[in-house]
Amino acid sequence: MFNLTLPERLDRILKSDFLWRLSRSPVAILSLLVVTLLVLGAVFAPWIAPFDPYDSASLDLMNGFTAPLTENDFTGQQFLLGTDDQGRDVLSTILYGMRISLFVGFASVLFAMVLGISLGLIAGYLGGWVDTIIMRIADVQLTFPSILVAMLIFGIAKGVMPAEYRDQMAIWVLIIAIGLSDWVQFARVVRGATLVEKNREYVMAAQLIGQPTPIIMWRHILPNVLSPVLVIATISLALAIIAEATLSFLGVGAPPTQPSLGTLIRIGQGFMFSGEWWILLFPALTLLALALSVNLLGDWLRDTLNPKLR
Amino acid sequence: MFNYILKRVAQSGLVLLVVGLVAFSMFRFVGDPIDNMLGQERTVEDVERLRTELGLDLPFIVQYGRFLGDAVQGNFGVSYRQGRPVSDIIIERAPATLELAVVSAFLAISIGIILGVFTAIRRDGWLASVIMTTSLIGVSLPTFLIGIVLIYIFSVDLGWLPSFGRGEVVQVGFWSTGFLTKSGWLALILPAITLGLYQMTLIMRLVRSEMLEVLRQDYVRFARARGLSERVVHFRHALKNTLVPVITVTGLQLGSIIAFAIITESVFQWPGLGLLFINAIQFVDIPVMAAYLMLISVMFVTINLVVDLLYVFIDPRLREGGL
Repeated sequence: MFNLTLPERLDRILKSDFLWRLSRSPVAILSLLVVTLLVLGAVFAPWIAPFDPYDSASLDLMNGFTAPLTENDFTGQQFLLGTDDQGRDVLSTILYGMRISLFVGFASVLFAMVLGISLGLIAGYLGGWVDTIIMRIADVQLTFPSILVAMLIFGIAKGVMPAEYRDQMAIWVLIIAIGLSDWVQFARVVRGATLVEKNREYVMAAQLIGQPTPIIMWRHILPNVLSPVLVIATISLALAIIAEATLSFLGVGAPPTQPSLGTLIRIGQGFMFSGEWWILLFPALTLLALALSVNLLGDWLRDTLNPKLR
Repeated sequence: MFNYILKRVAQSGLVLLVVGLVAFSMFRFVGDPIDNMLGQERTVEDVERLRTELGLDLPFIVQYGRFLGDAVQGNFGVSYRQGRPVSDIIIERAPATLELAVVSAFLAISIGIILGVFTAIRRDGWLASVIMTTSLIGVSLPTFLIGIVLIYIFSVDLGWLPSFGRGEVVQVGFWSTGFLTKSGWLALILPAITLGLYQMTLIMRLVRSEMLEVLRQDYVRFARARGLSERVVHFRHALKNTLVPVITVTGLQLGSIIAFAIITESVFQWPGLGLLFINAIQFVDIPVMAAYLMLISVMFVTINLVVDLLYVFIDPRLREGGL
């Protein structure tokens, strides 16, 4: 499967019943549509967004607190979703904020995947004390809710770093913290699959012709244990996006200089009582749409790719 | 079986030792404790004195031993930010978190079981499917958004319930309780719902699937054949047999209620341990972080241990040989 050219692979996907199943599920189509739309909006934010919210030259404090679709009393400008206290266009901050939310989400799942797959593969294939140590660590970590682990890692990293780097590095710390809090699932699944695969004939054949252990693990076993990983990754993505939003909302994530959706909601919460509802509502709705559609897509993918549940 | 219990207890002890090591390393290596305790104006003698006082000149393993010894006696050092012993702060904050956790656990369990039974019995009714769909959306919502929505509806819009704090509290010995005043109860409603909602949906779904499983069993069919009323069949025969997995999952969820309380407390500015912890992270108050970590680990490990041991007592098959 790894030696196919791109057109051959596309052909395989088109001929499988994957698309047919997709066409039969309105919920999945809708979720896919929403996710695609949001991801496109985030990727092309610099071109789509009407303003650059972090270019202080284009900001006008007089535009502050303009309600959606009304004219500002002083400048007469209009904003589709209104502006915040600084006069920033809410639509633009959302588009830019989504970039950060999605980037942290994807990057931390990728990090968790690489870490979890490697450790799971090593633990499953080598066995013995390596296996015991890795899985014990996994067990200990599994005792604690992952959001707590992420908070703790974030807190420690914050303490270790000099104060002037904290805001700059916050995004990367966030990725590592969420990634480290989520690798266990990948490791467990991959280890379980590896334990089954390593007794197959093809592995024995590879061992007999003297292939080195890393090559056997990487080239022979890995491709055969990957399919369940895909499903976990989608569900992890939804969880990672929510985790990032939660941490940023609590003030231990993306800083106000690089706000994610969670940070925007944190900022908006402050204006809830004074009547500027749009500063809170629109970022919250965006997060809601993102989390919900990724979640539904993950559920659908799990049911589709896992024939036992069909 | 005795071996099994011994093994589990030893494992739990090991986990606690490792967590203790993490907490100690945080205290020892994240930032310089001396820097954090002494201000800008200090002399070399001050530094030396404090170094000996804190035992920072001793070997690592001795320091770790001392740290564990102190922690067991409830001595977690002094908060960098508040300048008071961490243990005092924790005792002051604990009642708020515990009252919140108990009320939301009660809500989650009682409503969760009722809805679970209902959706299982009326599995094809429209109300049941509405509840199931809503619960799916509820599971994928971040907790803090639920809290904000509730505040928006009940505090900002309707003005019925307070949006922050505990209301009036009454001091009973060292325990400050909000259970004795009306404003205390009013302030508790929104946070308790926010915190309990997620666990409630989990329990509901679990009870529902277990009920559906049990209702297919022969003994239920036999009970119906005997002409027993539906109520007796559902509650005396079916519900009782779904409770074993429900109890274990609920037990394990108790720990996560405490952890998720961090989020809820932050949304509602509830003056409990979670808010303390999140503030400690924001201001890098290491002793408070370390103490919270140890405290919550003891709780998690104990809950896991108790649930595991309960399994053995509840399920006779595990008692003989098997393990």
